[in-house]
Amino acid sequence: MNLETFSFDIDGDGIAHAVFDVPGRSMNTLTGKAIADIIAITKEVATNDKITGLVISSGKASGFCAGADLGEMNQQAGGGKPESEMSEAELKAMQFERGFSLNKTLRELETCGKPIAVALDGLALGGGLEVALAGHYRVAANDNPKIQFGLPEAKIGLLPGAGGTQRLPRLIGVQEALPLILQGKSFNAEKAHKMGVVNELAPKADTVAKCKAWIKANPDAKAPWDEKGFKMPGGVVHRSPGAGQVATMSNAMLAANTYGNYPAQKNILSCVYEGTQVPIDAGLRIETRYFINTQQRPEAKAMIRSLFLSMQELSKGGNRPAGYDKAEFKKIAVVGAGLMGAGIAYVQAKAGIPTVLVDVSKENAEKGKDYSRRLVEKDLSRGKTTQDKGDKLLDLITTTDSYDDVKGADLVVEAVFENPELKAKITKMAEDVISADAIFGSNTSTLPITGLAEASSRPENFIGIHFFSPVERMGLVEIITGEKTSEETLAKSIDYVLAIRKTPIVVNDSRGFYTSRCFGTYTQEGMAMLAEGIKPAIIENVGRQSGMPMGALEVSDSVGLDTALKVGRQMAQAAGVDYDSNELGQMMAWLVEDQGRVGRKAGKGFYDYNEKGKPARLWPDLNTRIDVTVDECPPELKKHLTNRFLVRQAVEVARCFEEGVITDARDADIGSILAWGFAPYTGGCASYMDLIWGIPEFVAEADALAEKYGDRFKVPQLLRDMAANGETFYSRFPPGGVKQKAAA
Amino acid sequence: MTEAYIYDAVRTPRGKGKKSGSLHEITALELSTQTLEAIRDRNDLDTKYVDDVVLGCVSPVGEQGGDIARIAVLNADYAETTAGVQVDRFCASGLEACNMAAAKVMTGEADMAIGGGIESMSRVPMGAAGGAWSSDPQIALKSYFSPQGVGADTIATKWGFSRDDVDAYAVESQRRAAQAWEEGRFSKSIVAVKDQMGGVRLDHDEHMRPEADMQSLAALNPSFAGMGSMGFDEVIKQRYPELEAINHVHHAGNSSGIVDGASAVLFGSKEMGERLGLKPRARVKQMASIGSEPGIMLTGPTDVTLKALKKAGMDVSDIDLYELNEAFASVPMLMMHLLGIDHEKMNVNGGAIAMGHPLGATGGMLLGTMVDELERADKETALVTLCVGAGMGTATIIERV
Repeated sequence: MNLETFSFDIDGDGIAHAVFDVPGRSMNTLTGKAIADIIAITKEVATNDKITGLVISSGKASGFCAGADLGEMNQQAGGGKPESEMSEAELKAMQFERGFSLNKTLRELETCGKPIAVALDGLALGGGLEVALAGHYRVAANDNPKIQFGLPEAKIGLLPGAGGTQRLPRLIGVQEALPLILQGKSFNAEKAHKMGVVNELAPKADTVAKCKAWIKANPDAKAPWDEKGFKMPGGVVHRSPGAGQVATMSNAMLAANTYGNYPAQKNILSCVYEGTQVPIDAGLRIETRYFINTQQRPEAKAMIRSLFLSMQELSKGGNRPAGYDKAEFKKIAVVGAGLMGAGIAYVQAKAGIPTVLVDVSKENAEKGKDYSRRLVEKDLSRGKTTQDKGDKLLDLITTTDSYDDVKGADLVVEAVFENPELKAKITKMAEDVISADAIFGSNTSTLPITGLAEASSRPENFIGIHFFSPVERMGLVEIITGEKTSEETLAKSIDYVLAIRKTPIVVNDSRGFYTSRCFGTYTQEGMAMLAEGIKPAIIENVGRQSGMPMGALEVSDSVGLDTALKVGRQMAQAAGVDYDSNELGQMMAWLVEDQGRVGRKAGKGFYDYNEKGKPARLWPDLNTRIDVTVDECPPELKKHLTNRFLVRQAVEVARCFEEGVITDARDADIGSILAWGFAPYTGGCASYMDLIWGIPEFVAEADALAEKYGDRFKVPQLLRDMAANGETFYSRFPPGGVKQKAAA
Repeated sequence: MTEAYIYDAVRTPRGKGKKSGSLHEITALELSTQTLEAIRDRNDLDTKYVDDVVLGCVSPVGEQGGDIARIAVLNADYAETTAGVQVDRFCASGLEACNMAAAKVMTGEADMAIGGGIESMSRVPMGAAGGAWSSDPQIALKSYFSPQGVGADTIATKWGFSRDDVDAYAVESQRRAAQAWEEGRFSKSIVAVKDQMGGVRLDHDEHMRPEADMQSLAALNPSFAGMGSMGFDEVIKQRYPELEAINHVHHAGNSSGIVDGASAVLFGSKEMGERLGLKPRARVKQMASIGSEPGIMLTGPTDVTLKALKKAGMDVSDIDLYELNEAFASVPMLMMHLLGIDHEKMNVNGGAIAMGHPLGATGGMLLGTMVDELERADKETALVTLCVGAGMGTATIIERV
């Protein structure tokens, strides 16, 4: 046998041992070559009479296998006849054969007549776990706290396509298996053992020996589902009333939680529903067909690219300018100990970075540090940290009112109020004490960086670092380069964001930058609908059902209706219109100024809030103020409103591309999902236009909406050019594109 | 086309659909058999002239499976040549069976046919036949599958029927049913069920609670709030985003009762009736079925009523009596609201909230009730309809002759 990704030997007892070890990688994935090797090993084990059984283990310290190779999967090419010359039937046959190959092999291994055991010393995810499930016996290490198992495919719009949807339900029952497959959550060795996913726990050093011992004792081992009289745990749908209820409730819960927006999840349910009613061989074929069906959906393509590939790239600094040494942060000062500064100090300390928290008084700075104290206490009470770790974290935060303590900082993060004068003063005070190569980052959500940098004596070292609230929970940081910001400063800033374990996107300067500017369009569209007389429940339900995390009115309440009123008036003034004379302006003024309904912070806005600050119900009296003219929402209207919500945001994103605010499609996608929760099944705003619509179709829809609702839906010339040239955002603004103005 | 006439209609009393119910010890086959025997014996019928027996049944599995209509024909000692077929249109199965029997007469396939239905809910529980709708993800998600009760609550929410409104309707249903029994309005159709010794097992509807009042109903907990919070409220709101929340108002006291029972209605051509010396009691004027939005499921009666009226060239006001199965209080309330039908014309002798809804049998029972009531009240036209699972409606318009 000529194996590249496995070593293979046979011991004195005739037990073969295949060690999975993809060369040149820190982690095993199921590359095309690895699958070919598994096919060869299967053939060898089945046909070599000297072999009495097989143990599979891993040669990587990192674990057994992290699953399919998604990079490779995205660029799979068919062999033989070109796809363009195939008939539809030939194409489908080829796709099935390709998709079924691992399923077929694993099934052959499972039924080869010899016992197969798998030693799992580290993580086994996705295809990795599926390979393990095709063995007859699994021994997992009980002395590796980092070990995890799971089928995470659904999280990126795919489904387990190597038997996971068939073997896991047959092993532990549909009710136990479904949440694991639908949500893709991982679980540890102990839980895996308790559920019956692994058969035995043993120290790492003993897992292979345990496998061999089991093989010797069980020469005739079979999978449970190949035993005569096999009964599925919990029963099979249409044969047991309990299983029928599980199926019905699973459908309802999926619909309730995902609004039918995720094709993968629905297809997973179908794999299980259809596949468990037939013998496993048929079930595996059904799984492969649904896998291909899912893989071909635009949602899967978009989710794999954004939620897996781009997320991974950006989280490793994929948008960092090359040629600069990785910056080290021995000390970082955070100026302003309010909510944002306090949160920033916490995430820095959590990442082990000595942090100086500065405010006008030591007392204020201490108050800011209390935020970290509370978070540490919470983690302690939940067993997520230890007293020692918590103490160390808090020790890293020094509080002060003196800029003397800022001396020696590699980076100063300014997080005071959105007041340009105040920010200018702090810039000067900090620059007076820090070294010439230290950088200065301003945390602002709207103020143009170039303007703020005017206060700086070293504008090339000045950059915008926009955090989201609550800092410890939001994974994104928006980095804004001013006109004079140097590439080196950008590189250092990205290193900083990676050091605090967050994902950076990089944008150019403009009012509201990228995220604040685009995010606002969702709530504005909701407000416009309200002013048109669309029943508030329709606005909120359709918003949520379109995939947004909250209804538009609920978002407005969270931001604050007083803020919305202020911004609305400012924007109207800038546009030369009288905000207070239009329907929306009058309603907002009435809500805020007459009714005192300023939003969540007051417990009353568009919604009434309960004691826990959760929206209890839409304020019933809202209906006395608005003239509801649309109080029913049949599917056609729902689709139309969904498009209004999502297209409006995407048009703004397209404008940001045209204006050069954003220059890399990945930044646009990841930013839209992480910053404001843009419908994740679309892969983000750019992929929504690229893949869910297609640029020409998107332009046509936006044009139709502009015709009806006005210029806010008017697409930039850029999009028309792209449509004419057959371009996509990912082709025109590819990864690694230079950070420069993209405007034509 | 040949006219189809109704010559007779019988039904069993309705027994409580649980182990303690009077009919639990009587097989579904026996219930059907006894209604077929009664039709034959009351009319001195030579059954060789009965071409076909069509019976509705919603859970056609176990003892109700395997074409119970033909098996009941054999058990009732009908002529060997009488065929039998079981049909399923969920809750309208019994009425659909009658419509098919009438259609067979109209087209000339049969000169005489029996329609009706059977459901022993105590012996073959509701849902026993399974089905793909709720369990197969491909259709469940697409069609917003929700249990009927959630659909009924959605109707109440969307059209603003409060808990008091639906409870008041239920109290009135009980009052009307009690009065109807007291005055013997059902006596023409009721056939007492005999036991294994030939003794009377049940001779009245045993599910009724004439003592029910607003206070006693107010004490009952909503039946579908739990289902709603487990996910179905969110499901149905995806089809009706105009609803902020679902107001769960239905409970055991304002929904149809689970009961056992069977029905049979004799249809024939004028010629065959004359030949056998039978007196026609009503004529089938129009029949219709329709599909409606499946998520809310229960709005079909209004749609099918309009369709049947249009086909018959009639207006809502041309119908003297409406009989709409009381699956849930909000169902007849909605049709009265949408079509402007006075409660005095709707379900005049009470309905399934009081007497129960033996799924497959109900349509035949309602048709018989209307034949009797047209005669008793000296009225001319009646429309019978039911809401149907998966979003449908079936209706029949009859005319006294």
